Amino acid sequence: MSHRTAAGGPPRGVPSRVANRLGSGAVQLLLVLVAVGWLVPTIGLAVSSLRSAEDNNATGWWTVLTRPAQLTIGNYQKVLDNPQIVQSFWNTVLITVPATLLVVIFGALAAYAFAWIDFRGRDLLFIGVVGLLVVPIQVALIPAAVLFGMLHIFGSIISVIAFHVAFGLPFAIFLLRNFFAGIPRDLLEAARMDGAGEWRIFRKVILPLGLPALASLAIFQFLWVWNDLLVALVFADSDSAPLTVLLRGQTRQFGSNIDILAPGAFLSLAVPLIVFFSFQRYYVQGVLAGSVK
Amino acid sequence: MPWLALAFLSPGLVMLAALVVYPIGYTTWRSLRDASGRSYLGLHNYVTMFRSDSTRTAIGNNVIWLLVAPTVVTALGTVFAVVTERVRWATAFKLVLFMPMAISFLAAGIIFSLVYADNPDRGLANATVVAVHDVVSPAAAYPGARPRDPGPFTQQADGSLRSSRGYQPGESALVGLVGVRPTSLPAGRVPAVPTAATPGTVGGTVWFDFVPGGGGVPGAIDPGERALPGVVVQAVRDGTVVATARTGDRGEFRFGGLPPATYTLRLPASNFTEPFAGFVWLGPTLVTWSIIGGYVWMWTGFAMVLIAAGLAAIPREALEAARVDGGTEWQVFRRVTVPLLSPVLVVVLVTLMINVLKVFDLVFILAPQSSQDDANVLALEMWRVSFGGGQDQGLGSALGVFLFLLVLPAMIFNVRRFHRGQR
Repeated sequence: MSHRTAAGGPPRGVPSRVANRLGSGAVQLLLVLVAVGWLVPTIGLAVSSLRSAEDNNATGWWTVLTRPAQLTIGNYQKVLDNPQIVQSFWNTVLITVPATLLVVIFGALAAYAFAWIDFRGRDLLFIGVVGLLVVPIQVALIPAAVLFGMLHIFGSIISVIAFHVAFGLPFAIFLLRNFFAGIPRDLLEAARMDGAGEWRIFRKVILPLGLPALASLAIFQFLWVWNDLLVALVFADSDSAPLTVLLRGQTRQFGSNIDILAPGAFLSLAVPLIVFFSFQRYYVQGVLAGSVK
Repeated sequence: MPWLALAFLSPGLVMLAALVVYPIGYTTWRSLRDASGRSYLGLHNYVTMFRSDSTRTAIGNNVIWLLVAPTVVTALGTVFAVVTERVRWATAFKLVLFMPMAISFLAAGIIFSLVYADNPDRGLANATVVAVHDVVSPAAAYPGARPRDPGPFTQQADGSLRSSRGYQPGESALVGLVGVRPTSLPAGRVPAVPTAATPGTVGGTVWFDFVPGGGGVPGAIDPGERALPGVVVQAVRDGTVVATARTGDRGEFRFGGLPPATYTLRLPASNFTEPFAGFVWLGPTLVTWSIIGGYVWMWTGFAMVLIAAGLAAIPREALEAARVDGGTEWQVFRRVTVPLLSPVLVVVLVTLMINVLKVFDLVFILAPQSSQDDANVLALEMWRVSFGGGQDQGLGSALGVFLFLLVLPAMIFNVRRFHRGQR
């Protein structure tokens, strides 16, 4: 602050500085309130998941502040003993992991071609991919359902994965191509001098150097698929339904079964939160790059 | 060379062609056919769509979403990004606000259905609103109480009680009430006592004219009947209130120093109104706005992070120069920061608008069955028509095409922006 005045700004008197200090105190207080306000809904879910159904129906979760004894892990025990819920949790994993890996692999391959292999119509094709970024999935639900029906995979986990991969690709290609294009040409030329082919360059130069972008993409796609409801709702049958679809079925009788919903929802958001807090830097970069999706 | 490119491109392009590009064509074709897909209908599905009430509601709601949600999110994001620039714990703040971006709309929906629960004892939103309301205008002391009938007092249309006879100074009134809820009775069990008449004063007693277990004389204070303290009583002369009193611990009230005349007594409705129970957040009127609230919670962090990145790229000199020229902080913000930030703001707004057009899960989860028609949006309508009961894939396809047309401008914006970046 002081060097600003020294640099020729209007001199500030003591009262103005005090006002500034007070103003900044008020701003900080306000920010604390906003941050607390932002956290409270999630805390509410977490606390509700640790209270019995009777308690939840009778009083608000904030009563734990005065009666902490009501907390119990009973709901979680019930949820983990429920084979349907456990199955749907595994389905979520079985959908999310392949859908993430495939998008990263297919996306990286295509992005490399768009960034470093010359072919006719390349720019036009890439612009086409950029255009696909915003296509709403609603436009493809019915045709994909018909297509999956013909291939006899409608209702299976594979159909959900395939749809997620297709709709994850425009963003994947866009993000990775821009990153790969920024890799210095010299590095690729050097590898080519040593007699490396395109495949070798892709594996030994592009993939290691592109790791940050690949990580951003992987996290982004992981959260996207993990959190999806609509795609699985349309394509997955009851045996391959992920946790989101199962919980959605439970919301139809909301209030009476909060002892399943609250811990279920918390299980469903715990994994994304862990991923988010472990890799938040990569995730934020992915979001920054992926705006306009 | 093209073969090599093709080898790298083919897995991705096959997927895109089969599940994104071809479907756009198929959906368009399908939207011109009937529910079974057998016969050609021309534009009939589109006519049906725009004539249907639920699609119209959906379009109306999408317009509200489109006008409100991106603006609010961007405005909040800008404010937070600018304000946190000078705060030391900005990273922690950003993390907290960004966190909801990582969780599903489904989880957010469940989180907010807890927040929006009707009962103020359970829903945080109503608990807060009721607490604030009760501070601003305290709750009535005896909701639901009414006069003993027949008796000297009758309930008026506005909810107040009025004496049917007049009182002159030196007289005292008995105001016996029934229908007092056990929860509103004071703890002390103070028995009611008749207020002795004193010259020059209109007085009286307000009490609970009811003996537990039965018995007692209606309209008279029987042993064991309890006083009702804290009731507001007014003395009215010729239609204007000339004095106001509040009953004491023994249910007594007195108007001293009244000039000789005949007064009617009035107990205002504020004594008896039902307690404020908050809003029906997910009822037909508020549902869309409440859901937008949840959306703002999820996406403000996104706008803030993007805008903060844009802010960091603004040359410090531009801001310093404006400050040196004597601009106030607000002027600097309005005239320098916002214009320099406008490309980022446009990107944020466009991203949010596309996102809002496609909003589905949050409405699907948060809107209860009873108000889902009122909260309807296009993406939800598309699902309902084609999968969730409607099973009319011709009409569903028309809705899909309509949604696609709505995001076309954003597609053009993207391609243009990318094209400019290339040059």
